[in-house]
Amino acid sequence: MMFVAGCDIGSLTSKAVILKDNKIAGSCVITSKPKPWESANAVMDSALRDSGLSMDDIDYCVGTGYGRDKIPFINEAVSEIACHGKGARWLLPSARTVIDIGGQDCKAMKMDENGKVNKFITNDKCASGTGRFLEVMSRVLDISLDELGTISSRAESPITLASTCTVWAQADVIRHLNNKVPVEDIAAGINTAMASRMAILVNSVGMESDVCMTGGVAKNNGVLSALEQLLGIRIKRIRRADPQVTGALGAALFALEKNKGGSE
Amino acid sequence: MITAGCDIGSLTAKAVILKDGKILSSPVIKRKQHPDEAALEVIGLALDQAGMYMNDIDYCVGTGYGCDFIPFANGTESEISCHGKGAVWQRPSARMVIDIGGQDAKAIKVGEDGSVRRYIYNDKCASGTGRFLEIIAEALDTRLEDMGDLALSSTNNLTLSNQCVVFAETEIISLVNEGKEIADILNALHNAVANRIVSLARSIEPEEEIVMTGGVAKNPGMFSALGKALGMDLVKMKSPQINGALGAALFAMEQVLVS
Repeated sequence: MMFVAGCDIGSLTSKAVILKDNKIAGSCVITSKPKPWESANAVMDSALRDSGLSMDDIDYCVGTGYGRDKIPFINEAVSEIACHGKGARWLLPSARTVIDIGGQDCKAMKMDENGKVNKFITNDKCASGTGRFLEVMSRVLDISLDELGTISSRAESPITLASTCTVWAQADVIRHLNNKVPVEDIAAGINTAMASRMAILVNSVGMESDVCMTGGVAKNNGVLSALEQLLGIRIKRIRRADPQVTGALGAALFALEKNKGGSE
Repeated sequence: MITAGCDIGSLTAKAVILKDGKILSSPVIKRKQHPDEAALEVIGLALDQAGMYMNDIDYCVGTGYGCDFIPFANGTESEISCHGKGAVWQRPSARMVIDIGGQDAKAIKVGEDGSVRRYIYNDKCASGTGRFLEIIAEALDTRLEDMGDLALSSTNNLTLSNQCVVFAETEIISLVNEGKEIADILNALHNAVANRIVSLARSIEPEEEIVMTGGVAKNPGMFSALGKALGMDLVKMKSPQINGALGAALFAMEQVLVS
């Protein structure tokens, strides 16, 4: 029996996954703390508790995410792209294109039949098309992120946001609210705007089936179905685990390989 | 001959009344809920200050994002043309105009007669517009008018790593929490805005003399940051904020002369 862990320290949330051989023994998502090492310790503690283990039981741990170099307990750090590719492939073995939406970035990556990432593109310069965009908008609408994803299905005449920039789009949304446009219609417009930014990235890496989405936004059905419409394909839903932990899962899978390699 | 120009911007409304090539009045007011309200109020103020009535005005040209809602305008002219026209009238040797507005930024190359040769503008991204300064002023609870002077009092060099206003706002809040001086943060902010505008201006090859128009030109921190980022001297104008309205009033004058 072998226990390994993956720890993904993101800008908004931190995730940890513990694998027992090739099975998820425990996982956890927390809101990131001001210091990356604080997030790492806290999320790891919870994931260990979730699996009834202690740090001593972990044979190997891989870190990823923007704070990966600040995680005190890892044996190795691996890039986010590699971890997301790896994790996505485990969750959906047929995946060739992965769209990952983080709190402050958006990535699209393409993999070959063996799961090796051979092309990727990232937007971390502009808040539009990242989780941050949805966060800002849900705050303006005074609804939760979850609600933003669900109520758009009830929209009767969705609005179109004229601006890409989050700052200008926020002003657009406020104007629509002042004009008493139903929140569902505004939410639908927001999800479509989000999806169209993501579609630009997907199209520039060149889409190949199957397509799946990882990261917290993958749980937002409004964005998913808007993106399906824009891309004209069906996006495979991830059911094997929470899509938000994909990066940490990938990190744990790397740890598993490393540890196997080392013990052989 | 008496003409008027009215510039309805996103944050302020400006009017200029011209009599035989002299500015009689040039008030600036804050935006109103509707552009037509702002237009009526600012022209009313301009007429009061000039001691005139609406029917004394031979021709009025509107400009700015709200130019189609000015009830009394006889015609409209683009902001780009008005800023070029106004700048060369104010400063005949000006060959490039940089205008930073509340929702956009423009770089305009002009000929001797104030006609537009080339221009470029950004209204897609809030970074590099006056809105960036406004949002940070709110976040730091600083008055917009004080920001420039505060930035100039900075003693430590600081650079913002984010370009996006949304991300930069978060970065700035963490800089404050780390105990960085507000002056240094504001200096970094002004440099960030200036760098964005300079990369815009560079794409049409800046030419001296360069003047800065729009309300942001009154901000000494922005003026200095922009000059530094350009590596060229900027020329100060007497009335940068009313430059667009002035250009409109000059176009109105031409209209009267033609007819």
